[in-house]
Amino acid sequence: MSYRHTIDVDRCKGCGLCVAVCPKHVLEIASELNAKGYFPAYQARPQDCVYCSTCCIMCPDVAISIVELAEETV
Amino acid sequence: MKKVLMKGNEAIGEAAIRAGCLNYFAYPITPQSEVAEYLSKRMPEVGGVFLQGESEVAVGYMIFGAAACGARVFTTSSSPGISLMSEAISYIAGAECPAVFVNIMRGGPGLGGILPSQGDYLQATKGGGHGDYRMLVMAPASVQEAAEMVMQAFPLAEKYRNPVMILGDGLIGQMMEPVMFPDHLRTEPSNKDAWATNGMDTRRSDKRNLVKSLYLDPNVLNAQNLKLKAKYEQMKREEIRFEAYHTEASYEALIVSYGTMSRVCKTAIDNLKEEGIEIGLIRPQTLFPFPEMAIRQACDRPECRVVLSIEMSMGQMLEDVERSVQGKKPVEWYGKCGGEVPTPEEVMDVVRSFLKQYGKE
Amino acid sequence: MGKTFQKPQALSDTPTHYCPGCTHGVIHRLIAEVIDEMGIRGKMVGIAPVGCAVLAYNYFTFDFQEAAHGRAPAMATGIKRVRPDLMVFTYQGDGDLASIGMGEIIHAANRGEKFTTIFVNNAVYGMTGGQMAPTTMPNQRTTTSPMGRNVAEVGMPIKVAELLSSLQTPAYITRQTVIKPKYIVKAKKAIRQAFEYQLAGKCYSFVEVVSTCPTNWGLTPVEAVKWAETTMLPYYELGDKKVPD
Repeated sequence: MSYRHTIDVDRCKGCGLCVAVCPKHVLEIASELNAKGYFPAYQARPQDCVYCSTCCIMCPDVAISIVELAEETV
Repeated sequence: MKKVLMKGNEAIGEAAIRAGCLNYFAYPITPQSEVAEYLSKRMPEVGGVFLQGESEVAVGYMIFGAAACGARVFTTSSSPGISLMSEAISYIAGAECPAVFVNIMRGGPGLGGILPSQGDYLQATKGGGHGDYRMLVMAPASVQEAAEMVMQAFPLAEKYRNPVMILGDGLIGQMMEPVMFPDHLRTEPSNKDAWATNGMDTRRSDKRNLVKSLYLDPNVLNAQNLKLKAKYEQMKREEIRFEAYHTEASYEALIVSYGTMSRVCKTAIDNLKEEGIEIGLIRPQTLFPFPEMAIRQACDRPECRVVLSIEMSMGQMLEDVERSVQGKKPVEWYGKCGGEVPTPEEVMDVVRSFLKQYGKE
Repeated sequence: MGKTFQKPQALSDTPTHYCPGCTHGVIHRLIAEVIDEMGIRGKMVGIAPVGCAVLAYNYFTFDFQEAAHGRAPAMATGIKRVRPDLMVFTYQGDGDLASIGMGEIIHAANRGEKFTTIFVNNAVYGMTGGQMAPTTMPNQRTTTSPMGRNVAEVGMPIKVAELLSSLQTPAYITRQTVIKPKYIVKAKKAIRQAFEYQLAGKCYSFVEVVSTCPTNWGLTPVEAVKWAETTMLPYYELGDKKVPD
């Protein structure tokens, strides 16, 4: 089972709550502004992500989603 | 159809039920608490909703919530209670929901008195709440008329998606007269699925409804106000009602009077006729829209020397009468507050006095 | 391992106007998730307050009414009395519920009106720029208590959950918070419980949610979480204050 973790860059308001709660310290605040003028969060260490969805639960803007990817055929 | 002897307040309650309104929220206040007492027994009999709220403020919003989900709903109160409901009335008008309010007027201002008055005319017709809105205001002069107007109020409120007010007074609320209730009227607002928050499942729709009055964009708010104004203009075209009394005669003075006061004036007119003095009366049955044209035409007769606005207030209707008369004739006022209804003899003295003041040429 | 996470259907796509880190967004989402999970979107009616959440109706995809300040419980009463089959919740802040609306909430709860109230307690009036609220903490600086809330002059903060719990009518009264994920999970369960009671027509339900207001507290969102945890939670204790028999 594989998953994809996506942060909607333009929904994110850069509040930093996801960064603070991620148990694996995957997330950081970017240094480029998004279209709304916020510095959004991003996965600095995506390889460490365990898709626990704690960041999703914390995010007030529903900016983060995790979807299941279809099984790749060999 | 049977004629029954009923107290005005009770007839008002019964009339609402006959009009298919089975939802009543109210708060006691003299002189109309009997409506709530009557309906507390009667609503359960017809499977309706009765709730005594904790204040008129709360009741105004219970009315709003229920009206906004498409239910036919009404309340009754008296002057200070209507003041408390006035914010809700503004909201209901702004959100374009239908609702019926009955004001059984008592003495004011402030705590005032508990006897009849007509001291809320301005509040009812010019807007007791804030913002550009109007209520369609009907003024009964008898228990029968009160019952009929209550029954007419619901379809009118739904036609315009606007609050409608019945402006009665303590005498109409308290006295007993014979009443014959007209047949049932249609019970459901016809267009409610277009706007009511009655649940998407109820409407079998995936489109949700929103009832609100907030429009932060000034252009949108202006457009909304123009939309409301168009309703009030339509009311002026289609809903004016009045009674002309003794206007087939060549009257020397025209009285404008409504509600309980108009009945006293009618007696005075009948008595003066026996003395050879002819007086006419225009009795507005709608106070908004006001029967301006009827008054203008009625006073525009050569033998009519003065127009008299006679009311149980300190002249709240006077300006509307003056505007209607448009300077064609002098307009005078007589009124009494405090709760004592003027007697026919008082009115006759007043009429004679003004006729003398504006003597024949 | 993980599970998928998507925006619930009961929540609209519209990005919110709430400040960065404002917990209104979390609470809105939890309500929407519960509605989706219970399959009740088609009979929901929400009532928006006057406060930061005045535009709450833009963020949900079901019927909504806009109440005057403090009057949502009266409107909810009107709806539930005439349409008991509809699921109704009021969403109210400190000023709306605990100040101007105090009469309405007490009486609706006391009558046992079968709707749910979500009370967002962030110890301040947010929308109007950070004035003192009945829930402002002792010595907390706000724009109308610049020297800090002086309890000798204006009294102690009101614990609304406890106040309502003193009423004799059965109800579900609970206090939760959404400042950290472990609390958010419990808050969602409480909201679910409240809606279940309403669906069963059992009682009035009230979920107070201790929340942050970073902007008006003058703190970053992460600092605000810390302040809420250290200053508010010891006073506004979490947990069920009353359950119906």
